[in-house]
Amino acid sequence: MHRTKVKVLEDVLDANGTLAAANRADFDRHSVTVVNFMSAPGAGKTTLLERALTGLEGVRSAVLEGDVQGSLDADRIASLHVPVTQINTDPGFGGECHLDANMVRSAIPSLPLDEIDLLVIENVGNLVCPAEFRVGEDYRVMVSSVTEGEDKPLKYPLMFRACDLVLVNKVDLLPHLEFDLEKFLHHLDAVHPGVDRLLVSAKTGQGINAWRDWLVTAATREHAGV
Amino acid sequence: MHELSIASAVVATAERHAEGRRTTVVRLRVGRLRQVVPESLEFYFGFVTEGTVCEGARLELEVVPGRLACSDCAHEWELDAPAFWCPACASSAVTVIAGNELEVESIEVEEEACIAPR
Repeated sequence: MHRTKVKVLEDVLDANGTLAAANRADFDRHSVTVVNFMSAPGAGKTTLLERALTGLEGVRSAVLEGDVQGSLDADRIASLHVPVTQINTDPGFGGECHLDANMVRSAIPSLPLDEIDLLVIENVGNLVCPAEFRVGEDYRVMVSSVTEGEDKPLKYPLMFRACDLVLVNKVDLLPHLEFDLEKFLHHLDAVHPGVDRLLVSAKTGQGINAWRDWLVTAATREHAGV
Repeated sequence: MHELSIASAVVATAERHAEGRRTTVVRLRVGRLRQVVPESLEFYFGFVTEGTVCEGARLELEVVPGRLACSDCAHEWELDAPAFWCPACASSAVTVIAGNELEVESIEVEEEACIAPR
């Protein structure tokens, strides 16, 4: 018996990347723009979707809800008459902390791709893991709420660098917090210089029109498969 | 927590290249810019190798430092704090040239000694 070294040089997440590309091709073929929507738990993803998806001019949307357990978020979206599909990442106990390309792939047959222009994939609430796994999206949007502290871009640079738009939520609370908005934006620009950002409040409606406009612009872009 | 998924992916990659041979070492290169906790990855690696050709294998992790390059002034530097703009000319047109790795570099497998016919 002797030992042999075998060169591998293979990206560990190649398999996920291949599935993500297949998902992307399916979405492009149906001219559906896909947004991977991420944040820490409780940052306000579902409320921001409830606010935005009810008034999308000329854009037909659907939501794919990723949660460890339950369908609380999906029920909220469904009550707005927006088609919603639930993925639970919990196979019995524990549950995955993120969606991966394979989970999204398995949900594609139940998505009404022919009837929509925009699919928002609401990822599992988590600032670390979802950033590592592409699922076939066109855009990545993250929510960072002002109750989370201004140091978050420095602590989770991968997530803040991976996204195309940052929604700074709960700005209505700024007068009551010690959150230094300038400092937060400075940290954001250190990690991801010039990334698009919107100051929003799902509660008061501040910035919601701009968030909706961003979604409409994203949903009406040209698709590779068309 | 995604280290469990990553450990599974590492083992799947190693198994494919092992082609059934018992594997004693798996060498992994992890970039500093990836949010992978080595201790956590090693912990899960022990779990997910059970019942595979990698059972009992040693996981060797090489951490690759983050390196950035400026597209405007060609300056190159090692990233030691999360600041993605050029320290020489303050440009934000920077590209990551190292630190995003997450790859199985090599594995060591056991093979029957090849006995040449007399």
